[in-house]
Amino acid sequence: MKYDVVIIGGGPAGMAAAISAYEQGSSVAVFERDTRLGGILNQCIHNGFGLHYFKEELTGPEYAERFRAKVKDSNIAVYLEAMVLTIDKENMTITAITPSCGFMEVEAGAIILAMGCRERTAGAINLTGTRPAGVYTAGMAQRLSNINGYMVGKKVVVLGSGDIGLIMARRMTFEGAEVKMVLELMPYSSGLKRNIVQCLDDYNIPLKYSYTVTRIVGRKRVEGIFIAPVDEKLRPFTDKEEYVECDTLLLSVGLIPENDLVSGMGIEMSPITAGAVVDENRQTSLKGIFSAGNVLHVHDLVDNVSAEGAIAGVAAAKYAKGELIEGKAYAAIAEKGVRYVLPQKVYSGAGKVKLYFRVGAVYKNARLIVASGGENVVTKKYMILSPGEMESVELDKSKINGDIVLSLEV
Amino acid sequence: MNTICIMCPMGCPLEITESGNVIVVKGNTCKRGTDYGVQEYSAPKRVVTSLVHTETGKVVSVKTAELIDKKIIFNVLDALKNIRIKLPIKIGDVIIHNVCGSGVNIVATSSIE
Repeated sequence: MKYDVVIIGGGPAGMAAAISAYEQGSSVAVFERDTRLGGILNQCIHNGFGLHYFKEELTGPEYAERFRAKVKDSNIAVYLEAMVLTIDKENMTITAITPSCGFMEVEAGAIILAMGCRERTAGAINLTGTRPAGVYTAGMAQRLSNINGYMVGKKVVVLGSGDIGLIMARRMTFEGAEVKMVLELMPYSSGLKRNIVQCLDDYNIPLKYSYTVTRIVGRKRVEGIFIAPVDEKLRPFTDKEEYVECDTLLLSVGLIPENDLVSGMGIEMSPITAGAVVDENRQTSLKGIFSAGNVLHVHDLVDNVSAEGAIAGVAAAKYAKGELIEGKAYAAIAEKGVRYVLPQKVYSGAGKVKLYFRVGAVYKNARLIVASGGENVVTKKYMILSPGEMESVELDKSKINGDIVLSLEV
Repeated sequence: MNTICIMCPMGCPLEITESGNVIVVKGNTCKRGTDYGVQEYSAPKRVVTSLVHTETGKVVSVKTAELIDKKIIFNVLDALKNIRIKLPIKIGDVIIHNVCGSGVNIVATSSIE
């Protein structure tokens, strides 16, 4: 079996990539491990998706359906409940297991990694205490509630004020639970302001900054937790511990790109994004292997995920046809205040390239400076920049005359 | 009342008061903050998203088709808790007409067979 473009993962990145590659005339296959396409969007029943991409506000399942419908209308091959086991970079083949086809080996002209990300767990943050039932990652609780219809708890504390944690605080409130508080280790939230107001403030749920959970109490089920404020080095003041009675602890403590499938393959990875290092086509250091969406770097807006999937889809289709033109390569580097830039490599040539970046802390009245070959080529003013919001800047390729450096002037 | 403006990531702290018949918004740094403050003070509205149970135990995600008065959110949620719907359901199907007399329909946001 052979396809021009094989896509691993059928979430927003994979679906957008599939549609774009198909529109280029490629034969396309998507391997998705769930029972339907859509990925995590299917469980994100809240609204706020698609403002940029569709210019209207949709819920997650509605956003997913727009792309699913396009896939259905095409000749894109979709393998559901499919587990991709290996990628052979030399022969450009993958192996997978699906209920309909059993074990299969598939040849690919190009491969797009679109496996998304997974949540950090209690173990990942070294949470101490007993290990009773009632400790969930926020996304797991979201799936149990919104897909399976289970209520995961009645007295809830949320650790971490990322968007999923905030959304779940409201969701649990809607289902009749008492959400006692949201704790945030940092002095600021990585969640959107809108979610802090509309998920917490609207329901009088307190958000405690610079606080963490120090211990979990309970044998079979969570009975309570100890919480404490932290110092500037994020160490808890153990003498200020207090006990909070609850039966459920939700963790919204970060996301990690799910790159296990490609570990050891020799793809150059970024220690900051935990995803591959890519060029402007979202091609990794291995020719013919592309990466897009949360497996590449964790996004805050699905609209950007779709856009990235589309870039990878078009480029992978061209690669499979032998028509991908690259030009002279320059590095895109993050400095002073800028945590990372993506893509990490851009090519000289005509047209424009969009550089996505995140900052390392909250900056007010800052100026972003994009320099190339030592000269400032773009400056952009921001009233505010925060680590939770990915920003982008467009660069005229004709202005590129050396490596590109993004830095902040505060 | 005090709230945070959500129009952009700045998140200006707003202090909203009424003197005479005029709503005064303080703390904002742009015009959008004034409009948001007036809206939040006079008639805060939200789109409500939640779930309804089906006769088979599956759940279907739903939303208010338009913004509703923030004050009736829990009335709307109660109305959703008390029903069991029949499958199949398609995106956009009306689940409840004119929920709680708001003039707004509850519609399905996912298709379940």
